[in-house]
Amino acid sequence: MSADPALEPSQPTADPVTPQPAIELRSLRRDYADLPVLLGVSLDLARGETLAVIGANGAGKTTLLRVLGTLLRPTSGEIRVLGAALPGDAWRVRGRIGFLGHEPLLYRELTVRENLRFNARLHGLDAAEEAIAGVLRAAALTRYADEQVRSLSAGTLQRASICRAVLHDPELLLLDEPLSHLDPDATAHASRLIGARPGRTRVIVSHDVDRALAEADRTLALRADGTVGYCGPAAGLSPGDARAIYAGRDR
Amino acid sequence: MRAFRTILAKDLRVELRTFESVPAMALFAVTAFVLFRFGLDREALEGSLAAGVLLVTVLFAAILAINRVFVAEREQGGFDAIRLAPVDGSALYAAKATALVVYLTALELVAVPAFALLFIDSWAGLAPLVPVLLLVNVGLAATGTLVSAIAVNSRARDLLAPLILLPLLVPVMIAAAGAAEQLLAAGGPSYEGLGRWVALLALYDVIFLLVGYAVYDFLLED
Repeated sequence: MSADPALEPSQPTADPVTPQPAIELRSLRRDYADLPVLLGVSLDLARGETLAVIGANGAGKTTLLRVLGTLLRPTSGEIRVLGAALPGDAWRVRGRIGFLGHEPLLYRELTVRENLRFNARLHGLDAAEEAIAGVLRAAALTRYADEQVRSLSAGTLQRASICRAVLHDPELLLLDEPLSHLDPDATAHASRLIGARPGRTRVIVSHDVDRALAEADRTLALRADGTVGYCGPAAGLSPGDARAIYAGRDR
Repeated sequence: MRAFRTILAKDLRVELRTFESVPAMALFAVTAFVLFRFGLDREALEGSLAAGVLLVTVLFAAILAINRVFVAEREQGGFDAIRLAPVDGSALYAAKATALVVYLTALELVAVPAFALLFIDSWAGLAPLVPVLLLVNVGLAATGTLVSAIAVNSRARDLLAPLILLPLLVPVMIAAAGAAEQLLAAGGPSYEGLGRWVALLALYDVIFLLVGYAVYDFLLED
């Protein structure tokens, strides 16, 4: 169950034909105060692939997403996201990442449409109104477009937040429990927006192990102490092994 | 400019929808003037006393808004949303400072007439007071936005922001009081030497606007 040496990340090559991975991590570490939350995370994720990140509460999954999203600085290690070395070149990737976290990142006093318009303008979208109408339609949110965010149910809020995350058609989607609060119908709508598509790289944090493994090309399983329990092809980790890592029974 | 306009428009829209800052500031200022009227037991003020009552009241009312300037960004994830966009941090600083200037100007549209009604016999000094107050507003906003960004992630931010801010604002108060004292002098406004106070205010504004512009990207990082 430990990481296959053949799958260990290799040094970036100078081969101009090979496209650069979307994400390259080398010995990533992130501490809060003196407490290590992520320890020694190394991986490569090719463009267009989906990475499932699983692990127990407190294993550092959300921290990893925030580091990849340029919202947190790593304590040590090397990170390249979409070819930009973080945190120094964070400005190069901002606007190319869609981030869906625990917080919806929507202003409660504004309507859904006003929030999306705000984000569209920040991202400099040319055809903002068309893009907004498109994501609202895809998420089946058109009837809620002019409701203030404070009045939305949790599921509707989650769909509005998904609309915000994909509005600018990002190359890299960072999704933390994207389907939480969603009923089956809403899940189907949301999946259309955040599903795999050519050229889109995804990192999905989920506690739904079966679904995450089925959807992913690669899997990163984090132990509760922030170390890597498994990093490799999704097919190389069974749901049972994943649950063993959750429970700390893998070593 | 696009990000600046977008963030500013959002802030003004939210304020118009919630009335969280300006009405509280105006109510505070009018209440303070009424208390000063009874506390000082004076029906009219002039010179340094008038300047002090007006400017200190505006200053404390401003702190109400300064404490709230980043509340939505902190509580509703606005910082993250803005940092995920290809936006320079200085656009956020400029937008927040401009919003504060708008709030302070709206406050003064209520507070200055109330002050004049309660304390001033001759209104001749009020018109020339307007540019002085605008420079004060820019100074309060430039410094207040900077300090608020430093304090916003602290649990003691309501205490921390004024504790950092008030010493920094001493030069503004000295210069503004010097100018307002002359403009509200008994017997009408005096313009002799007014220029140096106005120049000092303008210099302070420029310095803190430049400092804010220079350091704001760093303040936004975790």
